[in-house]
Amino acid sequence: MRYFAAAREAAGMTSEQVELEDGGTVASLLRELTTRHPALADATRTLRFAVDEDFVDTEALLRDGAEVALIPPVGGG
Amino acid sequence: MGAFAIQSEPIDAEVVRRAVLGPDNGAVIVFHGTVRNKTADRRVTRLEYEAYEPMAIKQMERIAAELEAEHGVSAIACTHRIGELAIGEDAMVVAVSSPHRAAGLATVADFIARLKRDVPIWKKEHFEGGAVWIGTPENPQGEGLPVS
Repeated sequence: MRYFAAAREAAGMTSEQVELEDGGTVASLLRELTTRHPALADATRTLRFAVDEDFVDTEALLRDGAEVALIPPVGGG
Repeated sequence: MGAFAIQSEPIDAEVVRRAVLGPDNGAVIVFHGTVRNKTADRRVTRLEYEAYEPMAIKQMERIAAELEAEHGVSAIACTHRIGELAIGEDAMVVAVSSPHRAAGLATVADFIARLKRDVPIWKKEHFEGGAVWIGTPENPQGEGLPVS
């Protein structure tokens, strides 16, 4: 897991390892994350998700070793 | 350097401009996005940018490839700054080269709009009495999480 910006502050860390059951999806990962970091729960409506540096939806299956990032609303430029 | 970069050092716009030069061009456009001293009525004292660097580069490359195909421009380059920035500094420099100016100007506007939507770079505004992570007006989700 990688956390950035407001999600990093809500999680209180920049990264961590998470183990899921086989067949885990972004949605099941998110349930685990909000259990670990309740402050993230308020944010899930505005978050997007990236797996291995590409945007995915919450149904995406996670392979072993995938790098998942929580992407709060971006504000570059 | 490649055409796209994220860096904490001040941006040298000439480096970005040189990355798009070529003999086919009738127009080279360089855009500077700079740190403004206020948002709405709030006086900004400084800005802080953060990026998911490899994904930001990958997304900029994807957007540029799409726009080169859509508008027929020659080349696109962009360097975005991260870390703490002062008022007036360049946060981003975009360069586009094109055989014709209309396509180049449209590409600059489209590149910035797509960057503000899909490139994982975040801006935290510090103002007197607090700070907040900004979701851009282009992003209908608006502001994200409350800041501790």
